[in-house]
Amino acid sequence: MKMNPFKAKQYATSKVYHTRPQEIGQQEEERPNIPEGIMTKCPKCGKAIYTKLLLANLKCCNECGHHFKASAKERFGMLLDDGELFEYDATCTTVNPLNFPGYEEKLAKTQAKTGLVDGIVTGKGKIEGQPAMVGVMDPAFFMGSMGTAIGEKLTRMFERATKEGLPVIVFTASGGARMQEGIFSLMQMAKVSAAVAKHSEAGLLYITVLTDPTTGGVTASFAMLGDIILAEPGALIGFAGPRVIEQTIGQKLPEGFQRAEFLLEHGFADQIVPRDQLKQTLGTILKLHQTAGGKKLQEEEEKSFQKEEAKSPKRGEAESFQMEEGKYSEKPKEKSSRDMEGKSSEKKVN
Amino acid sequence: MNITAWEKVKLARMAGRPTGLDYIELLFHDFFELHGDRFFAEDRAIVGGIAFFGELPVTVIAQQKGRNTKENIARNFSMPHPEGYRKALRLMKQAEKFHRPVICFVDTPGAFCGLGAEERGQGEAIATNLAEMMMLKTPIISVVISEGGSGGALALGVADKVYMLEHAVYSILSPEGFASILYKDSSKAEQAANDMKLTAQDLVQFGIIDGVIPEPRGGAHNNCRQMARNIKKTLEHDLKLLQQLSVDELLEKRYQKFRNM
Repeated sequence: MKMNPFKAKQYATSKVYHTRPQEIGQQEEERPNIPEGIMTKCPKCGKAIYTKLLLANLKCCNECGHHFKASAKERFGMLLDDGELFEYDATCTTVNPLNFPGYEEKLAKTQAKTGLVDGIVTGKGKIEGQPAMVGVMDPAFFMGSMGTAIGEKLTRMFERATKEGLPVIVFTASGGARMQEGIFSLMQMAKVSAAVAKHSEAGLLYITVLTDPTTGGVTASFAMLGDIILAEPGALIGFAGPRVIEQTIGQKLPEGFQRAEFLLEHGFADQIVPRDQLKQTLGTILKLHQTAGGKKLQEEEEKSFQKEEAKSPKRGEAESFQMEEGKYSEKPKEKSSRDMEGKSSEKKVN
Repeated sequence: MNITAWEKVKLARMAGRPTGLDYIELLFHDFFELHGDRFFAEDRAIVGGIAFFGELPVTVIAQQKGRNTKENIARNFSMPHPEGYRKALRLMKQAEKFHRPVICFVDTPGAFCGLGAEERGQGEAIATNLAEMMMLKTPIISVVISEGGSGGALALGVADKVYMLEHAVYSILSPEGFASILYKDSSKAEQAANDMKLTAQDLVQFGIIDGVIPEPRGGAHNNCRQMARNIKKTLEHDLKLLQQLSVDELLEKRYQKFRNM
């Protein structure tokens, strides 16, 4: 999809997204998907683009509109009002449930390289003034593969959203299940889907934004469960990866197979939304659902809470999210920028 | 019987190992098969219908391998397309309406990957089953009888009780696929099978499944009747327990079971 170059330029000077180019630029230098240097080559049209311009343009090629992969941090900058996120479960990590050889070392390396604890960042923020829970998967972390940490963080986010009567938006980017966590990764599909179903039953809105690439166990669970499913132009979205399908059927796949446009055509996505329109689109959808579920439900819940509180005085204890023993550890990191004071699981990221 | 993970994989895939229909024949009576997803097609990789389990009407859904080459081709080697999962869901919803428990037999290398499967939303079909099964207001028991491969198996595996036969395997991916991804060498499948922890004994220890149903000496194929009797005992016991629960209790327990994984 070709982007309007004029529009792109407009956004280049606009401060709506508070992407703070210098800060993102610094982070970019450590990223593998964008080569270092002043110029970046677009993998689609082959043109060289000023890296600064690319970043200011929400990481979309201003020649052909190709959407580069974006990190979780960048997404929040593009999406949330003032780029402000109250992050949840920032330190939730896995403990190698299968005792898979070499996994911990690889995990530590990836954590150091990306500055992430695992492949998703979840939290609460505002989009055009509308509060929402937002989870963003980061394709740079183990190719966005889903293991127990991602499953647990998503589940907690959906449970919180259900309790608070808030809509949920999830940006998916995943190569599928995290192989090193084996059957536990598989079970995250059921776990997250369960939390999504409960959230849905409460009459609350769930939007998924499918970004490049969304495949495997993520496609076969929460990615496809949104009330509204949006996709970024050109994103690869499918259950089986193209290479696996080619091997299975022994023939080349047609051009555009499993791209966002293909999904739209086959009825599995509601709209394809270019990145520069995403915030506005999400804001509009949230506004359209302002009265549905959310507020009414909160009132009802409050009533039932009061009733239950009268019945059981220990309610407060059950409500706090407790770490399961053994399986997850709140990894206390050495004093880093990702650390937080006290034991609170909330923190503000700017 | 002490055998390695890789030997179990081979045993689970062995020709002559009893399939879903073999157990349906031995465990139920008056089985009435229901066909089609009502949207696109009938998928013969999944068999479904209504039957009596003793006195109790139940809905039975089984992933079905062929018992010979011809049948295997017709059943696509038990690799369902989206319509198979949609048929399964249709039958589960029907079971909910008529308050029948659902019994699933899982036996698949994985959901089929091909052009049509992708075009018709393999991911969406599996995802919908996961969410809907979680909320289904009737008891579900799922038994992995041979091979439980990936999301294609899980789409019949969200249940109040999940069992595996003693020599069945259940995993995120085939050991061959796993080896080719992580070791960049699909011939290291044997090592992969070991590292993946895919045996019934591993999974019961992890708390992923509720129990292991013992197989007759040498494996289920040696005495299919005995195997069916063992499954029957488990089903009878669990159905009795599950039917005593209220719908709310049932759903809450099901949620918590998967919540804690």
